[in-house]
Amino acid sequence: MSEVLLELDGVTKWFGPVKANTDISMKVNRGEIIALLGENGAGKSTLVKQIFGLITPDSGTITVKGDPTRIKDPRDAIGRGIGMVHQHFQLVPVMTVTENIILGFEPVKGLNLDLDSARTMVVEASDRYGLEVDPDAAIEDLPVGTQQRVEILKALSKKVDLLILDEPTAVLTPQETDELLGVMKALAADGTSIVFITHKLREVLAVADRVYVLRQGRVVGEVATKDTDQAGLATMMVGRAVVLQVDKDEATPADEVLSVRDLVVQDDRKLPAVNGMNLTVRAGEIVGLAGVEGNGQRELVEAIAGMRKVVSGSVHLGTEDVTGKSPHHIHAAGVGHVPEDREKHGLVGGYSIADNLVLNRFDEPEFANRGVRNFGAIDANAEAYVKEFDIRTSGIHATAGSLSGGNKQKVVVAREMSAEPRLLIAAQPTRGVDVGSIEFIHSRIVDARDKGAAVLLVSAELDEILSLSDRIVVVHGGHAVAEMPGAGANRQEIGRLMAGGGH
Amino acid sequence: MERLWEKNRVAVILSAVVIVGMYVFWFMGKARAESMLTSAWGFAVPLILAALVGVVGERSGVVNIGIEGQMLISAFAAFFGAALTGSLIIGVLLGLGAGMLLGGFLAWTAVKLRTDQIIAGVVINIAATGITSFFYKQGQTLPGVFPRWEIPLLKDLPLVGKVFFANGPFALATILIVIVLNYLLFRTRWGLRTRAIGEYPQAADTAGIDVIRMRLVNVTLAGLLAGAAGAFLSMEASSTFERGITADRGFLALAIMIFGAWKPLQAAAAALFFGFAQAIASQLQADKVVDIPQQLINTLPYVLTLIVLAVAAGRVRAPAAEGVPFVKGQG
Ligand SMILES: Nc1ncnc2c1ncn2[C@@H]1O[C@H](COP(=O)(O)OP(=O)(O)O)[C@@H](O)[C@H]1O
Ligand SMILES: [Mg+2]
Repeated sequence: MSEVLLELDGVTKWFGPVKANTDISMKVNRGEIIALLGENGAGKSTLVKQIFGLITPDSGTITVKGDPTRIKDPRDAIGRGIGMVHQHFQLVPVMTVTENIILGFEPVKGLNLDLDSARTMVVEASDRYGLEVDPDAAIEDLPVGTQQRVEILKALSKKVDLLILDEPTAVLTPQETDELLGVMKALAADGTSIVFITHKLREVLAVADRVYVLRQGRVVGEVATKDTDQAGLATMMVGRAVVLQVDKDEATPADEVLSVRDLVVQDDRKLPAVNGMNLTVRAGEIVGLAGVEGNGQRELVEAIAGMRKVVSGSVHLGTEDVTGKSPHHIHAAGVGHVPEDREKHGLVGGYSIADNLVLNRFDEPEFANRGVRNFGAIDANAEAYVKEFDIRTSGIHATAGSLSGGNKQKVVVAREMSAEPRLLIAAQPTRGVDVGSIEFIHSRIVDARDKGAAVLLVSAELDEILSLSDRIVVVHGGHAVAEMPGAGANRQEIGRLMAGGGH
Repeated sequence: MERLWEKNRVAVILSAVVIVGMYVFWFMGKARAESMLTSAWGFAVPLILAALVGVVGERSGVVNIGIEGQMLISAFAAFFGAALTGSLIIGVLLGLGAGMLLGGFLAWTAVKLRTDQIIAGVVINIAATGITSFFYKQGQTLPGVFPRWEIPLLKDLPLVGKVFFANGPFALATILIVIVLNYLLFRTRWGLRTRAIGEYPQAADTAGIDVIRMRLVNVTLAGLLAGAAGAFLSMEASSTFERGITADRGFLALAIMIFGAWKPLQAAAAALFFGFAQAIASQLQADKVVDIPQQLINTLPYVLTLIVLAVAAGRVRAPAAEGVPFVKGQG
């Protein structure tokens, strides 16, 4: 009965020696929401980029509404009713929302861009889908959640029958995610088909009708969501049962390693973001910072790591006052930092994986002799970590930028742990990371703790905080509002505290 | 008002300087003021055209440091083309064509072959110096001079009328080109797309824009402006061709482009500012008000360039993707 909107048959794609997609076949019916699940590097983005005409399959056919001719480029794809929201936002930062939405399909009056009717169009679309945006705001001034809305509006502003969403929720807050899932359901009810890539099993079960699971470039399973559950999906993804609950022994906290006293830090707009924060983390314990994003967590972490100016208050590492010291100094004092934005602060995308793995220690005697780099040691170090952390790559000399998100994160985590830090700061360590890698990263964090490191964990995922933390500190409005042991912590209670509902 | 100030700080300062400057000249006496303004404008015209070559290229994401060479070859082709064929028109066409040809060369190597853009530009400059020196012939003259056109009404404006609106074809066209290009860049579909491919080509690509083709076309056509700048130098400003006639204006133009924040109108204002500085220095020298050696006066534009770049640095932002070759499918 239902019309087949998209059909893939035997799609295969190579990137040099890497086979990113192998003989992939799938079907999408009209009005259906399909989830694509798979670890990082499984080939999901590669697959949908071919549907959108950004890259061309080496073999196989993609049939859209019965038409099997090759999709030449994105313009061709858009012409066939395909819209795509990309994993990395495709928005010009210096341009306005309206300009970005009309780019490529600009309404004109004579020679002039017709910005007035474009703005009206944006406002209408924004109302229709309940995606609130300011049509005249510059993209670079907008928070990521809003940029995401712009991306979606951009796709929807053309006539779309098939909407592709590549990890749209990776950067969203829970509220924004729910909003997006609502929009998706409404679109599907109107007959739009959706291909949805995510790592979050909860989201898959909430909106998708069917799921295709990809592993190492192949479809390894297809299942209707009504016939499965989170554990079932997770197992299909990694090919073995995943422990979503972290295995760990009781913590044995020792001396105080980090102590933050009455800290005040400003955000980029020069408004106080951290407001009289007090916090201690002891050796051998994981302290989880729970809070709605934007309550000073980012600024706190950056201040501790020496990346942001401290207005007042102090940060001590053991007995040393490191307030206002440089990131280099703080690293040398024994702090490992897995930053929230791995693309910007965690890696140099154009450098090799080997270089990225010694980024914080390249000048130490182990890797350099009087300023001359010891490539043998650097490569050996890289080979060891690639193996230990199961970093999926074509080789240690491939650029870090070519890795998928989860593998990039493994590089950062491997590097920051390699120096055996006294204090490990892990900010959103598993954001946008696949289930298999999440499990791995979690176990490494617990390992670090067991070896005696103090761990400060910041995460927007309450589940992550609950399963890892020995002690939980709830932040709201830039300071700690509550503290409790991790074991037996009550999710509802924390949720209430995070939302500002104190005692 | 505050917003205007925030967004156009450089333009506002420049305009203020120009206006104040004009009043100063006015009090110096009408004839004197006019002659200084004329000299400033004559100095500014090739700088503006050359800066616009840079603006169009960099807005599209391609750095062009070969403007100097494009101008030099164009000046050469225009002059000898006219001298040898006896036709001014053929000279102009050859000059424009030469500029465009080199623009096409840069576009092809930088965009299609993804050669390093700086190297491609340097190649153009070296080749231009070599070719023009090698084929240079003494004793040629132009078959005639360009007519002086006067724009009715505008030419009667006090002070500026004679200077800007009664002039040779290239100087007049430059005013029009600045205005048209500013309009095209900020008000039309072409402009929006050009700015997009220079800022974030992947975004343009996913929006269905053919980034490669657009860069090829833009950089090639911008060569016409370099051609016009060259032809102006050898046919309108001087009616002679000398070796090194461009005198590094192609590099000065890049500084002007930056000072002008990659905006045509602002770049024109910046070029005029340079012209003024030059004219004032020459005038002071001629009046024997100050006794500065000519050599020092001649370094003025370059000293100014340094100052201007130091001032502009950090206040203006280059197109984000300039100098980076675009490869499809690597979003
Ligand atoms: N442009 C490219 N060049 C080389 N290899 C690539 C490119 N894009 C992706 N890959 C590789 O193809 C594989 C699949 O990547 P991708 O489709 O991005 O995975 P996913 O989206 O499932 O995380 C990975 O091994 C990745 O490194
Ligand atoms: Mg992906």
